[in-house]
Amino acid sequence: MFKFILSKIALIIPTFIGITLAAFLFVRLLPGDPITILTGERGVSDERRAEMVAQLGLDKPLIIQYFNYVKNLLQGDFGQSLSTHRPVVEEFFERLPATLELSFFAILIAVLVGVPAGIIAAVKRGRWPDHILMGTALTGYSMPIFWWGLLLIMLFSTTLGWTPVSGRLDIINYYFDPITGFMTIDAWLSGQEGAVKSALRHLILPSVVLSTIPMAVIARQTRSAMLEVLGEDYIRTAYAKGLPTWRVIGIHALRNAMITVVTVIGLQVGTLVAGAVLTESIFAWPGVGKWMIDAISHRDYPAVQGGLLFIAMLVMVVNLMVDLMYGWINPRVRDGK
Amino acid sequence: MKKRLIALSILSAVCFFSQAHAAPKTFVYCSEGSPSGFNPQFYTDGSTFDAAGQALYNRLVEFKPGETNVSPALAESWEISADGLTYTFKLRKGVKFHTTKDFTPTRDFNADDVLFSFNRQWKTDHPYHKISNGNYEYFSGMSMPDVLKAIDKVDDYTVKFTLNRPEAPMLANLAMDFASILSAEYADAMMKAKTPEKVDTDPVGTGPFQLVAYQKDAMIRYKANETFFEGKPKIDNLVFAITTDNAVRWQKLQAGECHLMPFPNPADLKAMQENKEVTVLSQEGLNVGYFAYNTTKKPFDDARVRKALNMAINKPAILDAVYQGAGKVAKNPIPPTMWSYNDKVEDDKYDVEAAKKLLEEAGVKDLKTNIWAMPVQRPYNPNAKRMAEMIQADWKAVGVTAEIVSFEWAEYLERSKKGEHDTLLMGWTGDNGDPDNFLAVLLGCDAVKDGSNRAFWCNQEFNDLVMKAKTLSDQGERAKLYEQAQEVFKKEAPWATIAHSVVYEVANKKVSGYKQSPFGLHQFKSVDLAE
Repeated sequence: MFKFILSKIALIIPTFIGITLAAFLFVRLLPGDPITILTGERGVSDERRAEMVAQLGLDKPLIIQYFNYVKNLLQGDFGQSLSTHRPVVEEFFERLPATLELSFFAILIAVLVGVPAGIIAAVKRGRWPDHILMGTALTGYSMPIFWWGLLLIMLFSTTLGWTPVSGRLDIINYYFDPITGFMTIDAWLSGQEGAVKSALRHLILPSVVLSTIPMAVIARQTRSAMLEVLGEDYIRTAYAKGLPTWRVIGIHALRNAMITVVTVIGLQVGTLVAGAVLTESIFAWPGVGKWMIDAISHRDYPAVQGGLLFIAMLVMVVNLMVDLMYGWINPRVRDGK
Repeated sequence: MKKRLIALSILSAVCFFSQAHAAPKTFVYCSEGSPSGFNPQFYTDGSTFDAAGQALYNRLVEFKPGETNVSPALAESWEISADGLTYTFKLRKGVKFHTTKDFTPTRDFNADDVLFSFNRQWKTDHPYHKISNGNYEYFSGMSMPDVLKAIDKVDDYTVKFTLNRPEAPMLANLAMDFASILSAEYADAMMKAKTPEKVDTDPVGTGPFQLVAYQKDAMIRYKANETFFEGKPKIDNLVFAITTDNAVRWQKLQAGECHLMPFPNPADLKAMQENKEVTVLSQEGLNVGYFAYNTTKKPFDDARVRKALNMAINKPAILDAVYQGAGKVAKNPIPPTMWSYNDKVEDDKYDVEAAKKLLEEAGVKDLKTNIWAMPVQRPYNPNAKRMAEMIQADWKAVGVTAEIVSFEWAEYLERSKKGEHDTLLMGWTGDNGDPDNFLAVLLGCDAVKDGSNRAFWCNQEFNDLVMKAKTLSDQGERAKLYEQAQEVFKKEAPWATIAHSVVYEVANKKVSGYKQSPFGLHQFKSVDLAE
């Protein structure tokens, strides 16, 4: 198991180097530069532009810019945002808890709903529960997130008044300094009555919206994996031995089916962290997805590079955990057989 | 009787204590974007001006609420010399800076603060010039380094600005957010504490509100400045709930989660106007949406061609379809609300036959060209792609085939500054209420070099008029020159002027005292909330 873990960690280094290059080049391939955005419709004289370019270090050859960037990276300096003049590290990690909190609840809902749905659909294959569940999954997968989010807001927030519209907390009645950045935890630490409830209420709609696609993917994947496993001889044997259905499905079939399902869940976590942009935009959720989109629009090179790197590292860590879990679930994998 | 007296006493006590401990008034503004920072000297976006310049700071002079005229603020009065080269400001006494956890001011606002605020932006050897790696974009953009010769402290409450040349818009420029006055004492204290960047991240101003907290991309919280020189605001707390999507802002307003929202979706306006819980505020924007011809490319170097193509555009149809009626067809490059607007100018009539005839006369047949359309919604143009489609269809009727081209916003700006377009849609919102800010900045010969003149049009007659008007201090005389310039513009037609949009904001009916700014700024010092 130890060698297995080491082999996975060793892959991270070349991946990291590749990502620094990709992050550096990607944003510079986009036409326009930070000065264009800064000046907008207003023009800027050639002399002033040259001054600003030099100030931002963009006058140096690309290769020099890249080496300076990597040199700073190795010293832990991810640069300063060109928009806000604050360290990229601070900008990113201030927003990360919001994305992680939302992603956590989204994946929780996706797994708690998606896995049982997939199991039921597999067990009741070809019958109406299967059709309804898979039809719902397909609809969820196909729905435009923005539209879905707005629809839920109009129904549950504006019309029924059951949930708040957007944001992380009722800002009229509650205020406290962030400690961890996770609103539910900070609300609890604040001791203000009703704050935790407010934080949880604000999580409902964005989590449901963000969980929709992963839920659909997990449900479909669980169904496929379960169908494959349920067709195996040992399952028939288990039934023949008189084991109760719940034991056959819940223990014998599910454990083997979970191998691929865990992989899919891991991939979805990576997608959630990086791709929560639309959900963050609709629900005014101050996470890293929205921040990255703004940084790209502003050609904020250090912010884009730093953000891409951090998100890539996060996804790598999640994938590493998935690989390790894969090894734990399937001993054949960790023993190299 | 005794029982009645006791009851009355109890009632009075209850009323007294209710008033004394009335719930604080918290006003929530659904803002459209996050501020880039809290020092308005560094930034050019409206979100930053709302969050910083308008809420936290003051300037020597300010625009009267809801108007483009300038009024005293931190300067009580001023004198301008006859040659227009010297501005002497008498500063207001007794104005206090904010007190924060890191700073308690030991003195009131004075001339040192004015000198600090301007010299920091101007003098490259100023100890604060490079702090926070700031680019003083508006200070440079308004040509202040070229205009200013000296800023001198005459005494603690008198400051003299000496200019290199007369600059008629100077007072209006000093009312802009980049000219906000920071605390020199705070700057000194932070430099001593080796934390100079706090001047920009933990702001201290004289403004109506004081920053309490900023949660990135989510919320900005302020408390009322009890010692504000115009009187404490009526609201106790001000909160910006940052909500970038306009449909969600409307939902929040309806749900009572905010009290005021800007930039509504035009498609929602009807529903908003019918909603009994809200008031729709509107004001003619200090803006213009225009369609520029690249006059360096044939056949757009010929004024007859430009005139002909203008006559082929159905502007009222565009106003209905694109602006949903929320605007006014434009005939001049400046909006009707601006002084020196020449109402006598006659717009190019929509006349397809006349357009065809003029094109023939100019020798243009089967013209193939392109129309560049912005990818983003701007205050002066809510849907440039739709507008481009309509112009494309209009031009088809006169035998001109146009391909619609668009790029991502940064790329659009970059390429159009280089003149890659044949024709393009763009616009402008005024910075300071002065016609110079439109006519010289967008159509002057110098503007060709710096890229803001996207028609690349340099007309000597027009340029001379506009440059001369810059040097005069008498508004009447300036107005005459600008009126003549508008006539030249109309004759030469480097643009098709499309429309001036109406700017809408929506407020809960409980809100009172709010005035819309023609500059698109949002200011809450006079706002109140009914119980």
